[in-house]
Amino acid sequence: MTVHIPSALRSYTAQQGTIDVDASTLAEMLAELDRQYPGIRFRIITEQDTVRPHIRIFVNDEQAFCLAKPLKNEDDVYIVCALSGG
Amino acid sequence: MKSPNTAGKGAVTLLIGTRKGAFTVKSDSARRIWKLSAPIFLGHIIHHVVADPRDRRTVLMAASTGHLGPTVFRSTDAGKTWKEATTPPAFRKAPEGGKGRSVDHIFWLTPCHANEPQAWYAGTSPQGLFRSDDGGVTWTPFSCINDDPQYIEWMGTVQDGTPDGPKLHSIIIDPRDPKHLYFGMSGGGIHESTDGGKSFRPLLQGMDVVDGFDRATPTFHDPHCVRLCPDNPDRLYQQNHCGIYRIDRPSEEWVRIGRTMPKKIGDVGFPMVVHPRDASRAWVFPMDGRTVWPRVSPEGKPAAYATKNGGKSWARQDKGFPRSNAWWTVKRQAMTADTHQPVGLYLGTTQGEIWASRNEGATWTCIARHLPEIYSVETALLGR
Repeated sequence: MTVHIPSALRSYTAQQGTIDVDASTLAEMLAELDRQYPGIRFRIITEQDTVRPHIRIFVNDEQAFCLAKPLKNEDDVYIVCALSGG
Repeated sequence: MKSPNTAGKGAVTLLIGTRKGAFTVKSDSARRIWKLSAPIFLGHIIHHVVADPRDRRTVLMAASTGHLGPTVFRSTDAGKTWKEATTPPAFRKAPEGGKGRSVDHIFWLTPCHANEPQAWYAGTSPQGLFRSDDGGVTWTPFSCINDDPQYIEWMGTVQDGTPDGPKLHSIIIDPRDPKHLYFGMSGGGIHESTDGGKSFRPLLQGMDVVDGFDRATPTFHDPHCVRLCPDNPDRLYQQNHCGIYRIDRPSEEWVRIGRTMPKKIGDVGFPMVVHPRDASRAWVFPMDGRTVWPRVSPEGKPAAYATKNGGKSWARQDKGFPRSNAWWTVKRQAMTADTHQPVGLYLGTTQGEIWASRNEGATWTCIARHLPEIYSVETALLGR
């Protein structure tokens, strides 16, 4: 699947806005992303495996809340920085 | 007691943490001319930037952003280049079905004892204590308190803490004994360990709480800033939500020395600064803590207050500050001292100004302005 990286996280991905990842769940996708770009997962996901308060993750056009969510090869995963004030 | 610390000299570097990035301000050797850096990590929320006095090269920065989780940036070349910690401070994952805690931001950084090179402590929001033994590259939960049911209860909830989150701060290491530690929690009180952090116990006697609450319950105690005197490690000063205090160990009792402050000023504030070589001397920067807690300088007239006798009396130090209509204050990490003779004092305001005094508070000069809201100001010993 293709993972869309927000600008706030592109310091980890050498400024790449999209990353191709092979994974069957959201948890696997995040683990692979972190393997390729160490440290990126913890900026998105807490130590209790929850999505951080001002981050949203969408799989295609559906918001994902659970890291066990299955993924397919043709999916687009969007990591989005939600509104967080000034 | 003769001071183990000799006076510093020459140029001073200030490390500034702000709501929108970090900065440095560097002086000439006379501390008269100051040069502001470009922003470092512009847009990141920087709570604390601290240089390691043991190697004079390492600098750690507690960072987060409006969206992303907390992290630590590290420099091993005195701030020229930065790398991120590979394992930032994080609580242990809760067992399946349990409700664990998550670090919102790293609030406080303290280099460990001189005999423990590469070791650092970090305090977080919500309250947590962490340690690194590799210069800030990897961090692990430290001591029992992060998971101790009694301590979790004393830490209270988000509603018991400060407006931007309850915090663990003022991590202090006794320079004579690395196993003797103190920390403060807002809320949660002051705690001491004499066994290297294996256990802690409250050190609350003599401290006031807001009227109507039980002073025996650590949750209701809100120490804003605690400092140990380098000249006499048995003496600590504290600026609390409910007054200014001093303790002289082995006494267990804090003495409210703020009662000698002028009544119309009061003894509420955030920062506490101690003299590097004279334990009878300290500074505070009072704020308005009446009614709805405006948290600005009383009457819009900023001033430091200094004691030269352990808090028996205080002298107002406002020469150079605006005479009126200055509605700012100074947060708990945003006032500090250098080790020069005479001592230089430095503070950063909530409205983005840096003020300096190179004569122990007698006169003040604004050395930088138009910065973002300032969270922390530290002096740095860098280079040889």
